[in-house]
Amino acid sequence: MRALFAAFASGLVFGLGIIVSGMVDPTKVLAFLDVAGDWDPSLAFVMGGAIPVAAAGFMLARRRQRPVCDGRFLEPSKTGIDGRLILGAVLFGAGWGLAGYCPAPALVASVSGQAGTLVFVAAMLAGMVVFDLYQRLLSGSRR
Amino acid sequence: MENFTPVASAAGGMLIGLAAALLWLGLGRIAGISGIVGGILPIRRREAAWRLAFLAGLLAAPLLLGVAAGYSAPAPAIGSADLLAVAGLLVGFGTRLGSGCTSGHGVCGIARLSPRSLVATAVFMVTAAATVFLVRHVIGA
Repeated sequence: MRALFAAFASGLVFGLGIIVSGMVDPTKVLAFLDVAGDWDPSLAFVMGGAIPVAAAGFMLARRRQRPVCDGRFLEPSKTGIDGRLILGAVLFGAGWGLAGYCPAPALVASVSGQAGTLVFVAAMLAGMVVFDLYQRLLSGSRR
Repeated sequence: MENFTPVASAAGGMLIGLAAALLWLGLGRIAGISGIVGGILPIRRREAAWRLAFLAGLLAAPLLLGVAAGYSAPAPAIGSADLLAVAGLLVGFGTRLGSGCTSGHGVCGIARLSPRSLVATAVFMVTAAATVFLVRHVIGA
């Protein structure tokens, strides 16, 4: 229960951060990505604010054997740089540059119920399901 | 440059970093949104509960601001539903294939100094900027 509360609190703070930072506005995101146009560098400050605070949290965690509400730290299992990582990042970047939405801001904005945002989120979820099917097809077994 | 918002953007970024720190210290899980969403889609019982709780919190943010202050999210940047659908498919498939998005690679991965995430972030930032350049300055003109 404590773990679920912590997860909810983290999601809430994350969502507020998406709104306060301006990431929730795809027009602003595209203005950040448009380095050859009327460039708005604001969103570089989002990463500049997020990374040191997150890094401090990860460093604090090194002093602990396990997280506060769980048995172990779940380190990301993949460490190599391969074709999937690069191709995935290219496809994601293309979609991000087309619409100005990455996953979290799209989800946060979808709550306001605007048709275009909902279309994007539905397609994003479909893309994730397609990936899962493709993954199963490749491995020939269920995970 | 009238829309330049360095203070609000940095403050919002710090909240995002705080959320990532909270999830790692509390649960030992990475706050990567594409992984959290993708991980519950074909319902898997393991790991589903905390992901759902996180997503409930994420969606509660605009809901609470809506109730308390009449907040409504900005409109989509483009009008074409077809283009939004294509973009959504690319983002959904791409983030799963590449194991992460702006949060998982761009914030958590870089904060952990993961070479994998540094490369992924560089690639998706450059591709996104190139896409905007193509759409606005080559095709659109």
